[in-house]
Amino acid sequence: MLRRALWLGLRRGLLGRELGTRRGGSTLDWDGKVSNIKKKIQSILPGGAWKPLYDTSHLPPEQADVVIVGGGVLGLSVAYWLKRLEKRRGAIRVLVVERDHTYSQASTVLSVGGIRQQFSLPENIQLSLFSAEFLRNINEYLAVVDDPPLDLQFNPSGYLFLASEKGAATMENNVKVQRQEGAKVCLMSPEQLRKKFPWINTEGVALASYGLENEGWFDPWCLLQGLRRKVQSMGVLFCQGEVTRFVSSSTHMETISGEEVTLKRIHEVQVKMDCSQEYQPVECAIVVNAAGAWSGQIAELAGVGKGLPGTLQGTKLPVEPRKRYVYLWHCPQGPGLEAPLVADLSGVYFRREGLGNNYLGGCSPAEEEEPDPGNLEVDHDFFQEKVWPPLAWRVPAFETLKVQRAWAGYYDYNTFDQNGVVGPHPLIVNMYFATGFSGHGLQQAPAVGRAVAEMVLEGHFQTINLSPFLFTRFYLGEKALEHCIL
Amino acid sequence: MAASRASLHQVARNSATSSIRALSRGVDPEGSQRKGRTLLQFLADHFCDVEAVREYLLRKQALKVHRKNRSFTYIKERYGPYVAGAYFVLKQGGAVKFQDNEWIQSGRGLSSLEFRKFREVPVQAVDASGCAINYQGLDNLLALKELQSLSLQRCPHVDDWCLGRLHQLADSLQELSLAGCPRVSERGLACLHHLQNLRRLDISDLPAVSSPDLTQILVEEMLPNCEVRGSDWAQGLKLGLEEQSRDPASSPVPA
Repeated sequence: MLRRALWLGLRRGLLGRELGTRRGGSTLDWDGKVSNIKKKIQSILPGGAWKPLYDTSHLPPEQADVVIVGGGVLGLSVAYWLKRLEKRRGAIRVLVVERDHTYSQASTVLSVGGIRQQFSLPENIQLSLFSAEFLRNINEYLAVVDDPPLDLQFNPSGYLFLASEKGAATMENNVKVQRQEGAKVCLMSPEQLRKKFPWINTEGVALASYGLENEGWFDPWCLLQGLRRKVQSMGVLFCQGEVTRFVSSSTHMETISGEEVTLKRIHEVQVKMDCSQEYQPVECAIVVNAAGAWSGQIAELAGVGKGLPGTLQGTKLPVEPRKRYVYLWHCPQGPGLEAPLVADLSGVYFRREGLGNNYLGGCSPAEEEEPDPGNLEVDHDFFQEKVWPPLAWRVPAFETLKVQRAWAGYYDYNTFDQNGVVGPHPLIVNMYFATGFSGHGLQQAPAVGRAVAEMVLEGHFQTINLSPFLFTRFYLGEKALEHCIL
Repeated sequence: MAASRASLHQVARNSATSSIRALSRGVDPEGSQRKGRTLLQFLADHFCDVEAVREYLLRKQALKVHRKNRSFTYIKERYGPYVAGAYFVLKQGGAVKFQDNEWIQSGRGLSSLEFRKFREVPVQAVDASGCAINYQGLDNLLALKELQSLSLQRCPHVDDWCLGRLHQLADSLQELSLAGCPRVSERGLACLHHLQNLRRLDISDLPAVSSPDLTQILVEEMLPNCEVRGSDWAQGLKLGLEEQSRDPASSPVPA
């Protein structure tokens, strides 16, 4: 019986095949079947592309533990340290929301890419030293299996700060602090300066401080791409879109003295997809505001600063975009290979770019002459009027130069004290900041990311104590003033 | 009918290849390396366990270099920086020359008697060719304040960051060789201007330098008292001239 059934089945199969050959389409059929099987195997394999009926793979996930607003170097660094410091592999689901994946307006990419330890605040020096260590071992921190090593293009040429007679005492104090923290900085008299860098006009200079180690400049794009690559391999999710709304709940409480306090908690972040009307609410436990120059807007969306002025609820995040120009010029007689990044008394700075006698530099405009930050157009008169005269005075060789290129980028300018804002908001309990670094965010990003990740995971700073950079200082009026701002 | 079926198959095949391409994302956007994809790579793409193991092995490699570059604090405290530095170099496989003494090769090592003998004798020259010295390990060499000659030829872990630290030897260093270091570039060479006493510098055969001839000229300008050995740009010029002079002779004379 069984044998008969088998025989019949076999017969039918043979018949079918015969029919197939007669039709002449068997080879095509066969190919199609193989590719189907291949496809099936691939979709079954872990990591395969399983495509359900309604494809929503372009949308962010419906829930994530941490949502990082801003995919610049600070946001990615926070994501990196969150994943690295998590207790178990895959314990935290991190989503990075970035508005522009080409980074056309991102401060990270448009920056000059300097790193220095010559700050006046010990915290800033520590942040910078940690970051220098990170960048030095970048291929160990950001190593991805099977990917080529990163070439950071670090130029260890140092920073040279010049001070007038009035500023000499401050500079001496700063250098004392820097040396205490472990930075290798030396002081130079005008005489020594002339001997070392004969192209500098030392008139008006009373003292100079020169960074010997771990100072210079690097390629920001490389750091950004390295972080992106690593973070992606660690399982962080990316999404191109814009955060448009926070859904939060609030609870009213009373302090011992009878004051009413409203504590808020964000439950959902609404992400609007790029170039479409699609929205996706993302349920989350923690939001990290790393939106750089636009972090003020994000904070406002979450309700920071909506209250009576003078109260904690009415304290805004004082971070706004400020436009800064960078000019690239050519000068055949300019300083040679030994030229460091020179920061003049007047606020003008320049550095060498490549080997072909090209230099780039710029200057921060005065407070009352701030350009409109609405676009990224370059004001070429600014170079003629504000940058060139002091530059040519300091380095006489720059009297004949030719500007070749110029661009503008944004500072995430903290109008309160030009320093970063790190850590949680006191009232919106699950919103953390990593913003407001006013131009030195790129060089401190690796350390700040770690600090924020520690705050999120452990509830306090561990490696570097950044409590002077907490949000509450805006309410209390305690300025963490930094003297060395470029 | 047949035509439509054929086109359907075509679509199916295309989508299959595109999904394969999507699977190998990130590894090689151009697809030039795809032929060289190993089984291990494929497995690492699909199974996070394999990836984790490979990541662990990668980290272990880096750790090995770090371990090799630890300082010998005990010897340094007991016998001073000179002996500690010499011990470090010998352990790495280099050679050391104490002042008024012969070269000591790595195979021989230091006897306990010599430990005591060389306690106050400064190290004059170090030949660390091909050693695995990195930024951390350089600490041992930078403590040798009377070091006059340093050879870091073909050191795989010496990079631009390391060159930024050599300013600590600025008072004594007269000879420096960086020939064949794969990670030294013109950016690091720029900060050798601190070494004002340098008499001889060897920067030949640096693969990371983008334009070796120009770099050599700039370094010569930066260190006017120093004899710089690099790729022979003058020779290249001569060759070029010869070729030019030969050219009209070899080309047929226009009528």
